[in-house]
Amino acid sequence: MERTTLDMWVGAFVVGGLIALLILAFKVGNLGGYDGSDTYKVYGEFDNIGGLKIKAPVKSSGVVVGRVSGIQFDNKAFQARVEIRLTKNYLFPKDTSAAILTSGLLGEQYIGLEAGGDEENLKNGDKFKLTQSAMVLEQLIGQALFNKAADEGGDKKSAQGGNKKAVVQ
Amino acid sequence: MPHRKVGFGLGSIGAAVVNGVWRLGYASRFFMMTLISSGASFRRIHLTIREIYFSGVMSLIIILVSGLFVGMVLGLQGYETLQKYGSESALGSLVALSLVRELGPVLAALLFASRAGSAITAEIGLMKATEQLSAMEMMAVDPISRVVAPRFWAGVISMPLLAAMFSAIGVFGGYLVGVVFIGVDEGSFWSQMQAAVDFRQDIVNGVIKSVVFGIAVTAIALFEGYDAPPTAEGVSHATTRTVVTSALAVLGLDFILTVFMFRGV
Repeated sequence: MERTTLDMWVGAFVVGGLIALLILAFKVGNLGGYDGSDTYKVYGEFDNIGGLKIKAPVKSSGVVVGRVSGIQFDNKAFQARVEIRLTKNYLFPKDTSAAILTSGLLGEQYIGLEAGGDEENLKNGDKFKLTQSAMVLEQLIGQALFNKAADEGGDKKSAQGGNKKAVVQ
Repeated sequence: MPHRKVGFGLGSIGAAVVNGVWRLGYASRFFMMTLISSGASFRRIHLTIREIYFSGVMSLIIILVSGLFVGMVLGLQGYETLQKYGSESALGSLVALSLVRELGPVLAALLFASRAGSAITAEIGLMKATEQLSAMEMMAVDPISRVVAPRFWAGVISMPLLAAMFSAIGVFGGYLVGVVFIGVDEGSFWSQMQAAVDFRQDIVNGVIKSVVFGIAVTAIALFEGYDAPPTAEGVSHATTRTVVTSALAVLGLDFILTVFMFRGV
């Protein structure tokens, strides 16, 4: 084969491979949307993070405003310390609260932010004052059973009280 | 005389071990020689370009067609399973993650081993059998830097490009079946995919995998060809061994790399 046609084919091959890589990076991967440079860090301390993972989305009103960048266990407060990177163009008041929520019944867990009313905004390195832990199914069921038992106990008492009243009458 | 029989059995085990170790050492020395004498494959880049044409460009058809069909099958089967749990919208992330992380690099490497690796072994084995390599040495041309090194670098360059094309066209195949034929929502297909696939964690690791596979497959093919007994039978055995050994090496290396790359993710 002639040298120029060979060169042309190899050039087309290399360019095609690079285009495929670019497609993978921008169309398939997340390089297009969110970039890591323009962010600021805030922290939240939670009693229980449930199944929260690094890179889980942080949403406010359903819009992704940042990502979880680190999860550690604070051995002094015995709480989970979650590091969050928020995109620079989204500013939140200082008294914003963070809650760990679940998308759908079996979906992934994310952090939901509820904006407060403070005049000042959260800065790099600040901490959320109000946090709400992840919902744990066992605890929830336990609480429901406990409440039901308490209600039934209360009903009995009131029923007995009613009987007594009846007797008195 | 039972003790002589025992001695013979032990002897054959010993010979097998010694031969194995010797071959491994020979292969390592051959690999090092290739690396050391690879200057010419960049100084005379045309040698390498020619080999990229024969191992890379000529493998394009099989890589693209297989990638398309693998993606389409993933789309169909993934839909069947995900639809039971009502999460068809996760089809995009299923197709993309399995292609970028595993199937792209591994299947492209297996196809490359059987398409290009076997050809390299047969070519070099036949060059050796017809004493072309010895003739080169007579003319003071180092056959390793003139014949072996350009083929090695061509394989190392082609492999990641082929794997990337395999993954890209596979994702397109998944899109074709999932969105165009079955009717999964297009927006959630792409957005779930982009949410699940991380550039550093998934795509870069996939490329690293394919570079490692390229090195392994090409080095095995070159060594088997260079080491082949100079007979028709020897070349045929060497070609078979290339495909078998590279397939095992690719799958074994894939497991090891996956353990290091994706543990705990």
